[in-house]
Amino acid sequence: MARTVIPFGPQHPVLPEPIHLSLVVEDEKVVEALPTLGYVHRGLEMLAVKRDFNQMIQIVERVCGICSMIHSLCYCQGIEEMMGIEVPRRARFLRTVWSELHRMHSHLLWLGLFADSFGFEALFMQLWKIREKVMDLNEGTTGNRVIVSVNVIGGVRVDLDESQIRWIKDTLVDVEAGIRKLQSTIMNDGTVCRRTKGVGILTKQAAYDLGAAGPTLRGSGVAQDMRQLKYAGFDEIPFEPVVETAGDSWARGNVRFRECLQSIDLVRQALDKLEPGELAAKVKGKPDGEVVTRVEQPRGECLYYLKGNGDKFMQRVRIRTPTFANIPPLAAMLPGLDFADVPVVVLSIDPCISCTER
Amino acid sequence: MKMLPTVLANLFSKPVTRNYPTFVRDPFPNARGELVNDIDRCIFCGTCSRKCPSQCITVNKEGGQGIWSLEAYACVSCGICVMSCPVNSLSQKKTYRPVGTGRVTVTLTGKLPEKPAKKTEKPAGAKPAQPAQ
Repeated sequence: MARTVIPFGPQHPVLPEPIHLSLVVEDEKVVEALPTLGYVHRGLEMLAVKRDFNQMIQIVERVCGICSMIHSLCYCQGIEEMMGIEVPRRARFLRTVWSELHRMHSHLLWLGLFADSFGFEALFMQLWKIREKVMDLNEGTTGNRVIVSVNVIGGVRVDLDESQIRWIKDTLVDVEAGIRKLQSTIMNDGTVCRRTKGVGILTKQAAYDLGAAGPTLRGSGVAQDMRQLKYAGFDEIPFEPVVETAGDSWARGNVRFRECLQSIDLVRQALDKLEPGELAAKVKGKPDGEVVTRVEQPRGECLYYLKGNGDKFMQRVRIRTPTFANIPPLAAMLPGLDFADVPVVVLSIDPCISCTER
Repeated sequence: MKMLPTVLANLFSKPVTRNYPTFVRDPFPNARGELVNDIDRCIFCGTCSRKCPSQCITVNKEGGQGIWSLEAYACVSCGICVMSCPVNSLSQKKTYRPVGTGRVTVTLTGKLPEKPAKKTEKPAGAKPAQPAQ
């Protein structure tokens, strides 16, 4: 049978963002997949030489349209480490609350898109209905749905009062009930299982060797999560990574589903640990030195390399996002699949291309 | 039969979505929307223009007049300027600026504060910024 090359993307109904895959197909089976990136490069890293280190917080937030708060958290942590600032306890837990709310809405968004990728429109709408409550929590507490802009160097700039804490807890009860209602559909429904089980298998060894990150890695049985590094409030909140061992699309979906529930729990614990106190530490001086920080984004490990020389402009801000790490595993997963399964598997790594290209 | 409770619940419940143009949800009390400047209180110190991450604010002083201008659609509503304004002349509305088809530059002019020397007379205490020097 002759080989055919089918272009997949950069514009494709299942892709929220542009990535191009040249699929070499033989008899409806994928033989090879060659990814091409570079459609949404914005040059945000280079802005570091034009905007001072405080203004960069708002810029790194715009690297990703989903987990914006976690990007600025990573950046602020790096600068704080460089300048030797200790973040007040209340600020650390508030950061945990918002970062987990972001993880929750990102996972719900992804689960919806994943359901949509195999044509389960009703599940997609149900999940996004739940997500809207989490978005309201973000908007009600910070003033914006996605780009919350809560982080400043040394802490946070928005506080939660008693009524807001109660509101968050009450809403999370609804959110949890809603998610649990969909549990059997996502995990056991015949349609879902037939499209996802055994599709796009990534073995534990391959995941490790290819440098997969986040739910893609944990779906293959490697218990690695950057929250184990105990940043922000995670030093006082007990945390166990969610792990699945099957390594297929179903397992990756399941990891994210269970992480939603875990995030609800983490938000509750962080809210319980809030004590009155300062919101941000005083910042004096300019960043000097180099530092590498890592945090766990919804999609996996995010790494920031920051270099300053005592000037108000950073010399270098290097951002390595989880999707970048997950593209080699994706290229390894695709060969051998039916062409019709490609959209499901491509979505199963949760591609965030704007993140990757910065 | 398993679907019956869901079907019944859906029959007797209201739709989840709002009929948008007819019913509009009120904005949250601390929503960050359009940026406004109460120009009579502004002292043209320029803190907002220095702190703005999108560099959409410019402050000039010409011939005893202060000019505060905002590149309206470049503003990202982050609220940094509102937070750093020493005299609280900046504030944000709860609603967003209506969409437009062209660039909008909001230019406001006001009187410069009269006596910058007044502050030096005061002992160190409340420091309402460094006025025009």
